[in-house]
Amino acid sequence: MKGLLQLYVQQFKTTFATMFQYRASLVIWMIGQVLEPLVYLIVWSTVSNGNGGSIESYTTGAFVSYFIILMLVNQFTYTWVMFDYEYRIREGYLSFALLKPVHPIHSDIADNIMSKSITLPVLTVIAIILGLAFHARLSVTPWLAVLFVPGLLLAFALRFLLEWTLAQSAFWTTRVSAINQIYFFLLLFLSGQIAPLSILPRAVQVAAKILPFYWTIGFPTELLLGKITVTGALLGIGVQVVWLTIAVFLVRFVWRLGVKAYSAVGQ
Amino acid sequence: MVNCNQDKSGSTSRSAKQPAANAVVQIQGLSKTYMVNEQEAGAKATIRGIFHRKKTEVPAVDDISFSMAPGEIVGFLGPNGAGKTTTLKMLSGLLYPTWGSATVLGHIPWKREKAFLRQITLVMGQRNQLVWDIAPIHSFELNRVIYRIPLDDYQRILKELTDLLELGPLLTKPVRNLSLGERMKCEVAAALLHRPQVVFLDEPTIGLDVTMQRRIRAFIAEYNKRFGATVLMTSHYMADVAALCRRVVVIHHGHLLFDGELSILLQKFTSHKTISIQLGECQVDLNKYGEVLSCEEGRYVLRVPKAETARITERLLADLPVVDLLVEDPPIEEVIDRAFTEWNP
Repeated sequence: MKGLLQLYVQQFKTTFATMFQYRASLVIWMIGQVLEPLVYLIVWSTVSNGNGGSIESYTTGAFVSYFIILMLVNQFTYTWVMFDYEYRIREGYLSFALLKPVHPIHSDIADNIMSKSITLPVLTVIAIILGLAFHARLSVTPWLAVLFVPGLLLAFALRFLLEWTLAQSAFWTTRVSAINQIYFFLLLFLSGQIAPLSILPRAVQVAAKILPFYWTIGFPTELLLGKITVTGALLGIGVQVVWLTIAVFLVRFVWRLGVKAYSAVGQ
Repeated sequence: MVNCNQDKSGSTSRSAKQPAANAVVQIQGLSKTYMVNEQEAGAKATIRGIFHRKKTEVPAVDDISFSMAPGEIVGFLGPNGAGKTTTLKMLSGLLYPTWGSATVLGHIPWKREKAFLRQITLVMGQRNQLVWDIAPIHSFELNRVIYRIPLDDYQRILKELTDLLELGPLLTKPVRNLSLGERMKCEVAAALLHRPQVVFLDEPTIGLDVTMQRRIRAFIAEYNKRFGATVLMTSHYMADVAALCRRVVVIHHGHLLFDGELSILLQKFTSHKTISIQLGECQVDLNKYGEVLSCEEGRYVLRVPKAETARITERLLADLPVVDLLVEDPPIEEVIDRAFTEWNP
């Protein structure tokens, strides 16, 4: 455990050093992270205003809050491993990772935590400015605020493991970008990134709640927004735990198969 | 100890050679066959390929056996595509074999047990393990915690490696700003920080200039001497092999062709020698003594059959006003090239 902790600390330093080698691209990347929810925020606020100030249970102010919180939640749970994996395999980095007596997932976890501890404070400031500029409304109860913490952490763990599992498709195919596109399309639609799930058709809501996508972004966002009851929040956390258990199993299972496939072919 | 054998049953010299009891690396009948999708030319074939992929078996390594004693440096030779890298990858646990067995330090490599991984390393001359955008020292520090090297040991080893490889100013420069040779020195250092007992080197000097090759070579020799590490290395530069490896293992098309002392391999495939003689001018016809390879300012270079060398030398000295005479073996590259050409399994 101590060894793993030291590894995390060292990986934090490495990520920190790497990120500051490319300061400009870091800024550009953060702008991109802000722009997408900002576009949805403006679109839905306009539609809401045109609809007499609300759509279903969402007032214009609630839309603004939803997309600002979503921006932060998405940033918190976002991973880039699906874009990296194919490159790692093609360039032989995975071989070096396999030669080391530590599972490569640890580097990714540490890398993720460090990157976010740099980008999140900046995005939080941007979120506050946007909230003030667009008159966001937030009415959260203390219980929901407390439950938001495990909800968010579980959302990150779940999304991280699912994306790590999917990223491993690179073990079998060199065309991972097609898989990534399908995944990100589903995520965009079913996680609540494009619109709050509760204003989408009932069938979509059911599908989204059966699948894991909603639990990685939409759920913690609606939780903090006060759109879920305390019971609903507890149930949601229960669903997250179930999905997380499945994801842990999946990531291990696919890893074992993937390494076997990789070891059969080599790179 | 010569083992020239192309017999797949392994019933001849291979069975005669018993693996040493204390062998660090032990390989028995190791084989690896890749399944490769065949791609035919033409639109029709491409469309057909969508529905039905034709797969062919490509044997990369076929039934090779050898063992290595502790502290030995063995040169692993063979032309491109002979199966050297595949073998090294199997021995370091990156590839499952199709057939056969291997142990390294008593471990089955492809199980990739932590205790095994902590004691070995693989340096691939054409691949990088260092993080590209930042200074090598960060990657070194990362390896320190990955391999759980105590801080005191790490500092001492790092100092030793820095001195031996002259890494000083390179440690804090981003890897992308280092030259190929500088990067390779750092790659080698990163791979050896945990002081592995078994070192697999795959073309560690590829693309480097002569000076840098020599430095890496000297370092490998020093590392082997100082820590008693067992080293299996491939290289296309025969100077590396000649300087470091008394013993060589030769494979070609996946088959083991030779396992023994380099000097015996050279002797076996050296059919000619070169005789250089210094005469006054280049006007004399020396073709009756041997094949004249060149003549510059009276210095003739003749190629003569090895068995005839003594007789021809004697005749040259008796017949001509020779100022100086030198008998040499042909360059090692030439001999090895000849060995690969003649051995066609």
